[in-house]
Amino acid sequence: MATAHSRTAARYMMAPAVTLLLGWMLVPLVMTLYFSFSDYRPLRGVFEPWVGFENYVRFWNSSSFADSVQTTLILVAAVLVITVALGILLAMLLNEPIWGQGIVRILVISPFFVMPTVSALVWKNMMLDPNNGIFSHIWRFFGAVPHDFLSQSPLFSIILILSWQWLPFATLILLTAIQSLDSEQLEAAEMDGAPPLARFWFLILPHLGRAITIVVLIQTIFLLSIFAEIFVTTGGAFGTRTLSYLVFQRIVESQNIGLGSAGGIFAVIVANIVAIFLMRIVGKNLDA
Amino acid sequence: MTAAADGHATTLTIATVNNGDMIRMQGYTDDFTEKTGHQVEWVTLEENVLRQRVTTDITTKGGAFDLMTIGMYEAPIWGANGWLVPLDDLSADYDVGDILPAMAGGLSHEGTLYAAPFYGESSMIMYRTDLMEAAGLEMPDAPTWDFVRQAAAAMTDKDNEQYGICLRGKAGWGEGGAFITAMSNSFGARWFDMDWKPQFDTEAWANTLNFYKGMMDESGPAGYATNGFNENLNLFQQGKCGMWIDATVAASFVTNPNDSQVADSVGFALAPDTGLGKRSNWLWAWALGIPAGTQKADAAKEFIEWATGKAYIEMVAANEGWANVPPGARQSLYDNPNYQEVPFAQMTLDSILSADPADSTVDPSPYVGIQFAAIPEFAGIATLVSQEFSAAYAGQQTVEEALEKAQAIATEEMEAAGY
Repeated sequence: MATAHSRTAARYMMAPAVTLLLGWMLVPLVMTLYFSFSDYRPLRGVFEPWVGFENYVRFWNSSSFADSVQTTLILVAAVLVITVALGILLAMLLNEPIWGQGIVRILVISPFFVMPTVSALVWKNMMLDPNNGIFSHIWRFFGAVPHDFLSQSPLFSIILILSWQWLPFATLILLTAIQSLDSEQLEAAEMDGAPPLARFWFLILPHLGRAITIVVLIQTIFLLSIFAEIFVTTGGAFGTRTLSYLVFQRIVESQNIGLGSAGGIFAVIVANIVAIFLMRIVGKNLDA
Repeated sequence: MTAAADGHATTLTIATVNNGDMIRMQGYTDDFTEKTGHQVEWVTLEENVLRQRVTTDITTKGGAFDLMTIGMYEAPIWGANGWLVPLDDLSADYDVGDILPAMAGGLSHEGTLYAAPFYGESSMIMYRTDLMEAAGLEMPDAPTWDFVRQAAAAMTDKDNEQYGICLRGKAGWGEGGAFITAMSNSFGARWFDMDWKPQFDTEAWANTLNFYKGMMDESGPAGYATNGFNENLNLFQQGKCGMWIDATVAASFVTNPNDSQVADSVGFALAPDTGLGKRSNWLWAWALGIPAGTQKADAAKEFIEWATGKAYIEMVAANEGWANVPPGARQSLYDNPNYQEVPFAQMTLDSILSADPADSTVDPSPYVGIQFAAIPEFAGIATLVSQEFSAAYAGQQTVEEALEKAQAIATEEMEAAGY
């Protein structure tokens, strides 16, 4: 049992790390909050420290705001559905004894180690390009007119790229969970005559609950701030502008730090709403 | 005596764009180091990223670079704000007076030069002489848009991946935004009237966009709404474009047999017009500027004199031929008989000379610039507007919807900026 003395010592020892972490998170947040109430446009040489809620009102009323929130939510939801569903399928397949299992597993996981910018460039130039991309060659081979993915199906294309990137992560977590499933339970169910679908529904899926929750929570955190893939492929055009991309455009392209900072605070609020919603819905699994 | 010998050698950090001429310059860095003793660290970035990095660095006084590659949009605005070191004390050998007036003017504020042009460009038509001949047409030196559209349709064979015309449609003010702005000038359109009121609700803009989209849908490559300079360069070099209207510097890349499959059948003409008195060519320079905060301004000036001086041009010509020297910056280059033999030299000069940033539109406009308006807000507005245009090219909305949104975006931004 810890004594008062040891608890005090522990506090002192943890203090530098806690201070650093707080600073790491708080300084940018406080600065964003500060700038969001100011008219700060460096290219104009304008800096007025207090303009009230002007930036918030303007950001909220701009035609791009609602669209960007909608795009963000569609993108996150679609990637989550695809990666979780395919992740379960792949995890179950990879759990089966197959020849060259180790190599197959490494191949399946490998997209996760490719940098986002690189994978976006590869997808854009090698796969989706309507003139020189692999898909367009396949289309032509079958006598069809190549589809221009990035301008005709832009959001779908980005969801495709993101799903390709995040599927390995989901697969890895879910495979680990499946491997921890007691095989005797499955065998007993099989002997009792439970069909494969029932075994999956009543045994495997409930067992994967906690792993799915982890996948959903971690991926949501990253997907809400997705940037490189959009920057490289569409530059935010064709209805692919997410909230974080809109903030980037306001701060970097329009050089309106005040307006962009207000957008940044909105992004924090949206992220927290999504997080609370997720914790309520799926986070219950973590209590078990 | 070199700087190394007198103990003042330093290391310069230079931000640059990943264009062919700039990459070539990096290969000659040793020559600069040998002559001056200064080392160079390069930060090479794609155009859009470079613009964002250097803009952020200069506005926040980040001090990451001793020299920045900037253009005609940035130099006068930054010069006026006192963010760049004035280049008013370059040596007599450098011969500032030799810089083409159009370039020097675009890089100056109130007569003071703030960045030295490494190369200058306008835009012009590059076309396939063999395809034009096969179509039974002859390209005039100064064609109209109607002729270009007719020729594009005649050269198109989509089943064989042969497209009559390749043009920029990619969102971004320096990509599709620059092209459509230059094109709109020839259709009598402008960004703002004399009261700074946006003009996208005018017939001239509707004509521009409808013509562009109509022609590209008929004769352009698939996915033109996402094509920028580099994408079109690749398509042209692969022999897939009958015509390409873009930067004059591209001429050396499409006529270089090492890179281009159609190097021996490329012709050049002025960018088209509609008979209203303005052509659709732009004016631009990639130039070197020194941020005001740097401690290494003297060394940076030495680099500017080396990279943008006459000796550099001669060095590249001696090693790689006259077609590969950085064009469009100096009068002496165009007076040089060797350079006059380069097939695109005269057309490049004619294009540059026909572009006037101070008078770019048919109706009067309050801004300076041809493919841009030289106000700080323009980059942000033009990016948003060009995104709406690209969505129209891709068929996601009509031209009318795109123009309506463009008008709303530009009006809101201009009001917020206090115009």
